Amino acid sequence: MTEAAEAVERAYREEWTVLLAALAGQVGGDIGLAEEAVADAFAAAVAEWPTKGVPSRPGAWLTTVARRRAIDRIRRETTRSAALDRLETLMRDDDLSEPEPPDHSGVADDRLRLLFTCCHPALALEARVALTLRVVGGLEVPEVARAFLTTETTMYQRLVRAKRKIKTARIPYRVPDAEELPARVYGVLHVIHLVYTEGHVASSGDDLVRVDLCREAIRLGRLLAALLPEDAEVLGLLAYLLLTDARRPARTDDRGRPVALQDQDRGRWDRALVAEGTELVERALRLGEPGPFQVQAAIAALHAEAPHWDATDWPQIAALYGELSRMTPSPVVTINRAAALAMADGPHVGLALLAELEDDGRLDRYQPLHATRAELLARAGDHEGAAAAYRRAIELTGNAAEREALALRARRWERGGDPST
Amino acid sequence: MKYMLLLRHEVNAGPAEGTPEFDAEMAQWGQVMGELGQSGAMVAAHGLDTEATATTVRIRNDEALVSDGPFAETKEAFFSYIIIDVPDLDAALGWAKRMPHVTYGSVEVRPLSSHEQDA
Repeated sequence: MTEAAEAVERAYREEWTVLLAALAGQVGGDIGLAEEAVADAFAAAVAEWPTKGVPSRPGAWLTTVARRRAIDRIRRETTRSAALDRLETLMRDDDLSEPEPPDHSGVADDRLRLLFTCCHPALALEARVALTLRVVGGLEVPEVARAFLTTETTMYQRLVRAKRKIKTARIPYRVPDAEELPARVYGVLHVIHLVYTEGHVASSGDDLVRVDLCREAIRLGRLLAALLPEDAEVLGLLAYLLLTDARRPARTDDRGRPVALQDQDRGRWDRALVAEGTELVERALRLGEPGPFQVQAAIAALHAEAPHWDATDWPQIAALYGELSRMTPSPVVTINRAAALAMADGPHVGLALLAELEDDGRLDRYQPLHATRAELLARAGDHEGAAAAYRRAIELTGNAAEREALALRARRWERGGDPST
Repeated sequence: MKYMLLLRHEVNAGPAEGTPEFDAEMAQWGQVMGELGQSGAMVAAHGLDTEATATTVRIRNDEALVSDGPFAETKEAFFSYIIIDVPDLDAALGWAKRMPHVTYGSVEVRPLSSHEQDA
């Protein structure tokens, strides 16, 4: 790669969010306009740096060009706006030959404002996730489209609609006040968690893990934790993501098939991530404001510290799932709690809890219920019941790699052995 | 920034007239509308009679069609509107959440179109 191309790429990685967040503030929160202007500035860098040379301060050069492009775009609109006046004042001090470096002093606030605006509940959840990836994460529209397994045109329209709503309904470009903050922080965490989850188990397609999305979610999690270091749930989410990601090297076998937690080679877990995640969850818990992400992080930490599956502190994990069930009841939590109880107190205890879910007809098409039930039935010695439940789980699995792994487990039980030994 | 709050609830939802709950809700309306007026955010507000009294008009192929009832049969009936002038959507949502019927009905928050904003 040439020096110029490397410089553009580095600037993109380091400056995209900073430039966009600052410019959006200067144009009165019009994220769409800011995004277009910053994209224009990077396009100019790609065109000019290889021939004219990389400017001594790339970030400053990009700031100035982005501002000029924003002004051009505003001028094309018919009415003069306050944003134009503000920008023109800033431009008077700009000089491309010796530009000021980007002002990083208010950067933290700017990026937070950007994140909270992209995650505003007045936008559809899908739009929030897409907008966060594009605007805060700097992913290109085709990359965001791939993450959602949709076409570029569809994604482009979805993003345009969201940005237009931010502007016309005047979704404020600011961090919510103290009263609203906890609920809104949870919304942001939810979006980051969704980005990770989509990467962790791709909902369809043939690859089990989409590393780029996992990495992006962790980057956003780190950003939020750096900006809100006293928020226990923010630390909790980051800890949870790191501890989950630590297992990634062991989550798939050499053919890309998923390996269940109990079968994973724990020597392949990323110990540095485990240490960082564990330290974070302990710090979060000390703040004395428990929440669902901290509980999930604590569960992940217990798995991480166990030398092997049977030596896991199952009673403690079952108790934490009970806690999580009280905070955010859901079938997923109940299923995990049943699996932990089965390990702590025997398969029949877990199956009894699952029976409560089976009464709810809506969950008949819910794959994890059948997969977990199959496992517990097999362990309880009901091989016929287990085989039927495995068949149902396989039917309901969209991911090819996961389907194959389930079939493999079913076959190993049929041969009379315990697949985990 | 001007927004219209479109207030809706299902027919027969909410407390019945003559009950203490109804009186309590009326007192709440008085309170929130009073505060809205004092805050300077109020532009206009009117309540409507029931959908049973509505008549819809449209002209198709030069022919006027007059029919009974609201244009679209929806589950929730539109019963009132309030226009407010506040700094941004969060402020508008703040007022919307305080409408007493919002626990059993809904409030749609719509910005007035851009050429109405300066009117």
